[in-house]
Amino acid sequence: MRHTLAVLVENSPGVLARVAGLFSRRGYNIDSLAVGRTESPDVSRMTIVVDGDERVLEQVTKQLHKLVDVIKINDITVDEYVDRELVLIKVNADSAQRGEVMQIADVFRARIVDLGRKTLTLECTGNDGKINAFEESLRPYGIKELVRTGKIAMLRGSKYTGYQDNGTKEEI
Amino acid sequence: MQKTGAQILVESLLAEGVDTIFGYPGGVVLPIYDVLYDADIRHILTRHEQGAAHAADGYARASGKPGVCLATSGPGATNLVTGIANAYMDSVPMVAITGQVPTSLLGKDSFQEADITGITLPITKHNFIVKDVNDVARTVREAFYIATSGRPGPVLIDMPKDVSVGVAEYTDPGPVQLPGYKTNNEPDTEQVARAVRAIEESERPVIYAGGGVVSGGAHGELLELAEMLLMPVATTLMGLGGFPGNHPLSVGMLGMHGSKYANYAINECDLLIGVGVRFDDRVTSKLEEFAPGAVIMHIDIDPAEIGKNVGVDIPLVGDVRLTLRKIIERLRPRLASQWRDKIGVWKKEHPFEFVENGRIKPQEVIQEIFNVTKGNARITTEVGQHQMWAAQYYTFTRPRTFISSGGLGTMGFGFPAAIGVQVACPDETVIDIAGDGSIQMNIQELATAVHYNLPVKIAIMNNGFLGMVRQWQELFYNRRYSYTELDNPDFVKLAEAYGAVGIRVSKKSEVRPALEEAMASAKPVVLDFPIEREENVYPMVPPGEPIHKMLG
Ligand SMILES: Cc1ncc(C[n+]2csc(CCOP(=O)(O)OP(=O)(O)O)c2C)c(N)n1
Repeated sequence: MRHTLAVLVENSPGVLARVAGLFSRRGYNIDSLAVGRTESPDVSRMTIVVDGDERVLEQVTKQLHKLVDVIKINDITVDEYVDRELVLIKVNADSAQRGEVMQIADVFRARIVDLGRKTLTLECTGNDGKINAFEESLRPYGIKELVRTGKIAMLRGSKYTGYQDNGTKEEI
Repeated sequence: MQKTGAQILVESLLAEGVDTIFGYPGGVVLPIYDVLYDADIRHILTRHEQGAAHAADGYARASGKPGVCLATSGPGATNLVTGIANAYMDSVPMVAITGQVPTSLLGKDSFQEADITGITLPITKHNFIVKDVNDVARTVREAFYIATSGRPGPVLIDMPKDVSVGVAEYTDPGPVQLPGYKTNNEPDTEQVARAVRAIEESERPVIYAGGGVVSGGAHGELLELAEMLLMPVATTLMGLGGFPGNHPLSVGMLGMHGSKYANYAINECDLLIGVGVRFDDRVTSKLEEFAPGAVIMHIDIDPAEIGKNVGVDIPLVGDVRLTLRKIIERLRPRLASQWRDKIGVWKKEHPFEFVENGRIKPQEVIQEIFNVTKGNARITTEVGQHQMWAAQYYTFTRPRTFISSGGLGTMGFGFPAAIGVQVACPDETVIDIAGDGSIQMNIQELATAVHYNLPVKIAIMNNGFLGMVRQWQELFYNRRYSYTELDNPDFVKLAEAYGAVGIRVSKKSEVRPALEEAMASAKPVVLDFPIEREENVYPMVPPGEPIHKMLG
């Protein structure tokens, strides 16, 4: 099963290498990993999607906890959360196909961000399912290039996985 | 007051109580060496950086204090790598300091540049590159704190040259603040209660004790717990000395080359209490059949060890000593006497044995080392058959007296480690039990031992083979001895060339007098014991078999 981990780390050099290295070294499967700064300049947030059973998840979490730069880990898989991913897709679209592609873009609330003579580049955000469906609908036209950012996620409502300065690592 | 980075480094080391450093100089650490010239720290110059790392490791294992090693950038730093990995696998507190090219040259493939923090990422508990001289003091404080707290391990500090020569105000950094670092000392009360119930309900309990007992100083509690219920205690290689090997409840080492009775006991127990262990494959062999009928209890300070290799029924995350103490406080004594009798029978029926045939047998040499030292020596080993014989035939009764490379299995560890042990314990007898192959991996450290008057004894079990590998070739590769036969130098002459004493033993009757002569000497001594060439280590669990199915 896929799990979504919200991981807060110190914003120091080498942290990404430590986390990524841990996954490859111990043979865990990362589905996606997105990193960026948070509301606090000293703290970065990684959203890691990892595939594995409960035992793998337990080990991943425990091993991540051992990294000195990892402040906090939340497995938010079973919580209510919003998640987004951004995709850029460059698809074949000559003048005959352009209309159809634009209609598809409309359905998915995607935007055209660039036009070539024979291609269109589209941007779309949404959760996994939506992005996958969008990709599938464009596939028949011939996808020339595709980039996904990986998933970012945040708990709904007043719950949050932010950093409370109580000097401990927590899990919920 | 304004000080250079190198001065701040050395003062910070002093503030951490460091009195000894094992190291080797080079260009970018010259500023540090210059400060060390007048500092109140003993610097031991080894002949290879790997020797420095292993010596720091041996020093730490014998003393319980963190070992410190120092090397220059690039090749000096990479030469530390095996020693750091070794310390990591065996959870030894160590701080390794490396020089680095100036920050302006970082990442440019500069002369003697190596990305040592990148290289050591998977083999350190944590590492640092200090890019600002104002961070030196705090980094040293954090490094020692991380290396010695929780589950101990090596920490590396990489010091670019411009940081060593840069200046800053030296102020004590105060207590460590690491929001992401937490140690788990207190076990969960509910789990302790479950543990107590499980122990009281079990009829055939066995304790399986590892290096965590030794490093956690929990040997007293372990003894108390075992005696309360007359529970047999098996130890891992790393756990030797954590429980007195001569105690009636001791069943010795378990696992691949463990005693038959230890492995039988594990196979038939109904409760297995793992204390400071990591269920290594050399212990468990075929996992699915390890302690098949047992409830498994696991006490460890590192939560990630729990459930890593085996499913655990009763997890106890906490400091080993504290956790055992909590269990003992709640436990009512009750004696599992039938079980003890059964193990007693196994012990009588399946002792360690070897065939005497008039030639020099390694097992006998090791027994004689025990007799001559009355079991009071600190023993280090290299890696191979001699290591297993040392574990089997020398009885270890005190913690920190058996010092061996367990997790990484590093040939070349024992001798430099013995140097570190001798530095930590100047008044004790320190013996490296070595193989003829292993000793040649760091034999250059004879010069170090001679120079610093460290009277380490090296007992070479000389079989003219990479013995352990040859044993596998004999058993599993149809006796095809592919590249395992050795042409050795004259070890006696070699010892003499270095200024040490060399003694060759050619007959069985000379074993004891030679050992006595060596122990009486105030110099480093190399003893060459030409042993039976194709002797095997038994019992042996063939790889992949359950541990009660032993050869020999
Ligand atoms: C650095 C290193 N290289 C290779 C090995 C693989 N290895 C394990 S035991 C062994 C043979 C050791 O021979 P020797 O030191 O003569 O000891 P013996 O087994 O004969 O007692 C080898 C090559 C190792 N453990 N460490």
